[in-house]
Amino acid sequence: MNQDPATTAEGIAQAITAFVSKRVGADVPADQDLFESGLVSSLFAMELVVHLEQAFSVQILGDDLKRDNFRSVRAMTALVLRLNGAGHATGA
Amino acid sequence: MLANLQSASIAVFGAGVMGRSITALALGRGVDVVLIDVSDDVLQDARAEITQQMRHGQLMGAFPAGRTPGTLTATLSGEAAADAAVVIEAITEDASLKARVMTEISRTIPAGVPLITNTSGIPVAELAKSVRRPAELAGVHFMNPAYLIEMVEVVRGPQTGDDAMAAVLSFLERLGKKTVVVRDAPGFVTSRLLHPMINEAARIVAEGTASVESVDRLMHGCLGHPTGPLRTADLIGLDNLADALRLLAERTGNSTFEPCELLMEKVRRGDLGRKTGRGFYDYGEVLS
Repeated sequence: MNQDPATTAEGIAQAITAFVSKRVGADVPADQDLFESGLVSSLFAMELVVHLEQAFSVQILGDDLKRDNFRSVRAMTALVLRLNGAGHATGA
Repeated sequence: MLANLQSASIAVFGAGVMGRSITALALGRGVDVVLIDVSDDVLQDARAEITQQMRHGQLMGAFPAGRTPGTLTATLSGEAAADAAVVIEAITEDASLKARVMTEISRTIPAGVPLITNTSGIPVAELAKSVRRPAELAGVHFMNPAYLIEMVEVVRGPQTGDDAMAAVLSFLERLGKKTVVVRDAPGFVTSRLLHPMINEAARIVAEGTASVESVDRLMHGCLGHPTGPLRTADLIGLDNLADALRLLAERTGNSTFEPCELLMEKVRRGDLGRKTGRGFYDYGEVLS
């Protein structure tokens, strides 16, 4: 992968924000707790997992599959960055 | 017998919405599952979806930490159920089809193995006519998704024996479920209340009183319903719901329980809810 916006923190955060905002029909600040605010149901939580995997070509496995990683746009961005980084390191 | 139950596998007949969800629940709790269906394509889809459902369960903290998941065997052969400690029937909600499959299952499994029918509303007594040992048949109404919803409705048929009830309740405890036991009746408790409510919600939408979203928002915001009845309908599957309403109408003699026109129209169009990506709501791409 090259240096497209999908690999920078800002680009990832923007893409996730756009997806979540569209699906919940509301603006979603990066730090908002999506579960606590009731914006994200248990079913949508899994859609977030699938969406992140497809949109950013990552695999979310094992201990990473926990609610805390999907609690906010910021948390999801950090997860994708971490998994992307790992992917590049092993793939190179 | 209970010690045996701890280590043994279970068999699930029917790899549709409920069969998958029940299988994911059992696997997540460390129980091996033999999943049986008449279609190889359905079994292949089921394998993929069950994998995702187990991830979903893990995501939501629904499975005990550190538990090794059970293994899944997906097969076309009903004979594979012969070694199961518990057998669960979760095929299409069609009384005559269920009766036929019950007869077959009953021939396959040995005496002493509890047989559970996962029906949302067909009386256990009615299905008991098709099995060899009615004392070993009980109803368990799992909710969808079975691996996330903590409680199940347990139905004791008039012929269900004490041993079978004890075995079924012990098995459900092993799955981490809370149980409420009720007597046998069309729709039991939850479907008798929920399905007519969904039917009325659809009528309200068809009459133009309120939009789908407004009905759900009111039931959620004013009455504390977790998702609203129409979102729940999409999760159940509108074809299944129409079948269940028809069963309820036939068996109670209450014709207002017949599925309303809007519901039937959606079923005819193939808009069956979440599983097809569209029902009362549009879900975009299907979750897979």
